[in-house]
Amino acid sequence: MSDAQSSQRGEIVAAAIKGGKKPPLFRQLFEKFSALLLASAIILFWQIYVQVSGVTEFVLPAPTAIAERLILDFPLLISHAVITFSEVIAGFGSAVIIGLPMALIIFYSPIFERSIYPILIALQTVPKIVLAPLLVLYLGYGWAPKIVLAFLISFFPILISSVIGLQSLDKELVNMVRSMGAKEYQIFQKLRLPAALPNVFGGFKVAIYLAVIGAVIGEYVAAEQGLGYLQLQANSQFDTTLNFATVIMISAIGVCLYLILNALGKRISFRRDSAI
Amino acid sequence: MSKDDISEKVNKGARVVLKNLSKVYTTREGKGVHALDEINLDFEPGSFVACVGPSGCGKSTLLSLLAGITRPTCGELYIDNKLIEKPHPKVGVVFQSDLLLYWRTVLDNILLPIEIKKLSSKDYSVKAKDLLKQVGLDGFENKLPTELSGGMRQRAAICRALIQEPDLLLMDEPFGALDALTREQMILDLQKMWMTLGNTILFITHGIEEAVFLADRVLVMSPRPGKIQLDLKIDLQRPRPWSDTHEDPKFAKYVRKVREIFESQGILVDH
Repeated sequence: MSDAQSSQRGEIVAAAIKGGKKPPLFRQLFEKFSALLLASAIILFWQIYVQVSGVTEFVLPAPTAIAERLILDFPLLISHAVITFSEVIAGFGSAVIIGLPMALIIFYSPIFERSIYPILIALQTVPKIVLAPLLVLYLGYGWAPKIVLAFLISFFPILISSVIGLQSLDKELVNMVRSMGAKEYQIFQKLRLPAALPNVFGGFKVAIYLAVIGAVIGEYVAAEQGLGYLQLQANSQFDTTLNFATVIMISAIGVCLYLILNALGKRISFRRDSAI
Repeated sequence: MSKDDISEKVNKGARVVLKNLSKVYTTREGKGVHALDEINLDFEPGSFVACVGPSGCGKSTLLSLLAGITRPTCGELYIDNKLIEKPHPKVGVVFQSDLLLYWRTVLDNILLPIEIKKLSSKDYSVKAKDLLKQVGLDGFENKLPTELSGGMRQRAAICRALIQEPDLLLMDEPFGALDALTREQMILDLQKMWMTLGNTILFITHGIEEAVFLADRVLVMSPRPGKIQLDLKIDLQRPRPWSDTHEDPKFAKYVRKVREIFESQGILVDH
């Protein structure tokens, strides 16, 4: 009796060790694609609502109408997207080119850390978009104010997260490599830079979204081209469908750039100090 | 170990001489802290020296002076008659925490000192794998430190110190962060390793029994400013098996002697 019981228990334990039953296939699929399913459901609901309620396209266009417009007006949308994209890249790029060396200077020089860094942190709290009208005043209607705005808005997260990344290094680690006879440049190359990279890329990822916002706001204020300009045009012509299409294009720019940075960050972080 | 079989060992072991060594360091608030006071010591080549003392007695300061990371306020340090002004290439350090770089594999962590010294990583990777094998980590060379247990990580850190073929190995409470069982095994492994390698070891610890078990010589330090309170020669046969050594009345006597110093200072109080 007790033998039979113990062998039964043994089987239960053995089965548990082997692993329980897998959930059924539809459940696995559901769990894997649940976010996608939810998004599809929302769009479907939107589509049905527009068709059932008979709301006019001017108030709320159907998703299919927006998709149709994206395809039909693709050349127009792309020509404006190229402008906005270039402004974003120029603004973000100059923020990287100026922000990273400045982070190094602030980190290595106590004088700069005590004089410039607090001012920069204070400036960070200024909402940069309120400078847009001033930038137009000084720089005109061309690409310059958009790039400067994209630069200003993305500069601070890049600078500050890089400084924090450099400062976050454990002092014990520095002592460890110093005991191996490491020179300062080796400490930077083998230790500080690889340790700071996750922070630096974290700053980049925040900054790239902000750069898109900066460029579009710049275009809202005064522009003759770019997606922000196109959106305002659509708005004034009561073309809500085109309005939605530009929103999608603007979002696509941000998402694409984010994904590129994310992939780049993962690649570099993988073998951080040998990659450099 | 007797003197005559020293030739069988891999390393010759460094002679370490400390002369009138004092260290005062300045805190962030600008206050001077007297960490070490007039230390005079002479370590035999190939000897295992343990240093015990309460927290903040300057043990770690002593270690960082020998590592060449900090400079003494007064006095001199010599390793094999060479005055120490910067890190000595033949000194390896093991810290309390493993300090492995989490973005490097175990193998690349061990090769870090080789890269810093601009030696060929290729040439040393065979040696690195060999060291990993000796500490029971073969097959882990391409793992990341986060995939290892605390004991395994500290073993890897020891390999990183040993790849430099140090004549002097400095160990700063290397097993302090490990659980009791792992620590016991590490102590036994360290003894075995040292008996084959034969380098001079300065082993800093809080553990009296650990110090007596491992060392040829136990230095007991006083609270700040750190001074050598007792310089105790440990005359126990090697190899020292765990249980036999711990049951040896001589071992108990040594432990008691060190304890008495701490009791006389009020650092340990028996109720």
